[in-house]
Amino acid sequence: MKIAIASGKGGTGKTTISVSLALASSKPVTFVDCDVEEPNAHIFLKPEISGSERFYLTVPEVDEEKCNYCGKCRDICQFNAITVFGHTIMAFPDMCHSCGGCFLVCEEKALKEAKREIGKVEWGMSGPIKVFQAALRVGEAMASPLIKVVKKKAADSDLVIFDAPPGTSCPVINTVRDADYVLLVTEPTPFGLHDLKLAAAVMKELKLPYGVILNKAGIGFDKVNEWCEDNNIPLHMEIPFDRNLASAYSRGIPILEAMDGLKEQFSDLLKELEK
Amino acid sequence: MKELLVLSGKGGTGKTSITGSFATLCKNVMLVDCDVDASDLHLLLSPEIKERHDFVSGVTAEIVADECTGCGTCVELCQYDAISLAQEGHAMVDPLGCEGCAVCAHFCPEDAIGLEPNHCGFWYFSQTQYGPMVHAELMPGEENSGKLVSLVKQKARERAEKLGCDFMLVDGPPGIGCPVIASVSGANLILVVTEPTQSGLHDLKRVLGLAAHFKVSACVCINKWELNEEMSEEIEKFCSTQSVPVVGRVPFDETVVESLVQGVPVIKYKDCNASKSIANIWSAVSKMLNQEE
Repeated sequence: MKIAIASGKGGTGKTTISVSLALASSKPVTFVDCDVEEPNAHIFLKPEISGSERFYLTVPEVDEEKCNYCGKCRDICQFNAITVFGHTIMAFPDMCHSCGGCFLVCEEKALKEAKREIGKVEWGMSGPIKVFQAALRVGEAMASPLIKVVKKKAADSDLVIFDAPPGTSCPVINTVRDADYVLLVTEPTPFGLHDLKLAAAVMKELKLPYGVILNKAGIGFDKVNEWCEDNNIPLHMEIPFDRNLASAYSRGIPILEAMDGLKEQFSDLLKELEK
Repeated sequence: MKELLVLSGKGGTGKTSITGSFATLCKNVMLVDCDVDASDLHLLLSPEIKERHDFVSGVTAEIVADECTGCGTCVELCQYDAISLAQEGHAMVDPLGCEGCAVCAHFCPEDAIGLEPNHCGFWYFSQTQYGPMVHAELMPGEENSGKLVSLVKQKARERAEKLGCDFMLVDGPPGIGCPVIASVSGANLILVVTEPTQSGLHDLKRVLGLAAHFKVSACVCINKWELNEEMSEEIEKFCSTQSVPVVGRVPFDETVVESLVQGVPVIKYKDCNASKSIANIWSAVSKMLNQEE
């Protein structure tokens, strides 16, 4: 079973929930940190890294001696990564989406395949948990290709957990799209509810089954509970706002170690989801 | 005109609460929300929408089933695995996987692939009681958030110049990827809002790396600082090794949550400790902003 943990709003507790589920599982688990912009699960899981690999996109590099400035590469590129004017051609590899179009249309073979590093994928064990994570190269804009790579690289297990980035756009879609179930983590504030509605709209669009976990319960208001009830969306768990939990989180300690009974709650949740 | 961008790397550290408070302190300001995925600033500033514009960006491939012979050229050429052959014998595009590169349409021997423009969302020009505001909304699951951020910034700058604004105050998205890079362009100063957690520090390092990469000055404030005083010390030490000024600490204060529930910037609660710290941070940041070229 593949479970993705997503949120809309950042900082609601995606990583906290993902790590808790992995630690509460009695079955073999693969953990995939898909927040490649700001990967944090390693802070809690502390995997022993056993392998790593850098990933690159293929981008064009111009061989001016062969170029006849016909402009076909510029015309096919939808991402403004090549410009030709008069007898000048320039490639902007940072803009390239690696679609391969320019190489295919160039009859002079004036484009060479160059590489742009997008980031690094790492893997290793955290106790019995297989951990896969990736870090986007600082300055690289495109997170989605690296998310696809780390997911492809990840081993299969009885339980696969995808820790998603915040938001509702392409990096989130690429994380959740092949999940069997999505847990949306939110907090009881107007920001939390607003962004939960957006995230729920994405799951609806993707036709993915989903439910909600309310974190930091007790602060703010109770409109998240009302909204879930009114829309028949399962509210699987409420985790109270608690200084001990906040303190454990701040030190990189999984919350299961900071509150009695939480581990049982998470393993019950896993059993419920597996049905 | 000077532009302040508020970032965090990690989500949920308090960017929007702090930006919303700055909005009330900053005079003659253009307010901008660059978190187009999950924008929240409007929940604090209650903008009255004056204009709504469509955001159309990029294309998605569409197969004309009647003309498709199922030759598979497009399936082979698509670098995003977004096209497959359906059992009916013609090609099928997965619109979520399609990046709109148009390679399939270009090479289809039957000319059976069309390119449909994507309507990805809206951008708004609005009025708040603290000044004009440009914000946007990406439709759920859409791509091109970076392009929408660039558009929002471009429109905000045009309007701000026309209106003679002295400041642009920009609430940024979390992360360090495409929408963040798009929001960095043109900023004079970045304020990074972090929190005293291992994750906060880890993500702060990456976002400061990004600021250095694009050669934009940065400063840091630590929100909810006393939730872990040792981590706050560690963050300050790290910042000093990077010669990045720490412009203030904001205490954890339940009034902040209350202000969110009421939908007003926390600074409106005069007696609260968080408000006082945020006001001090604003004076430090505005001084720095005026010194930036």
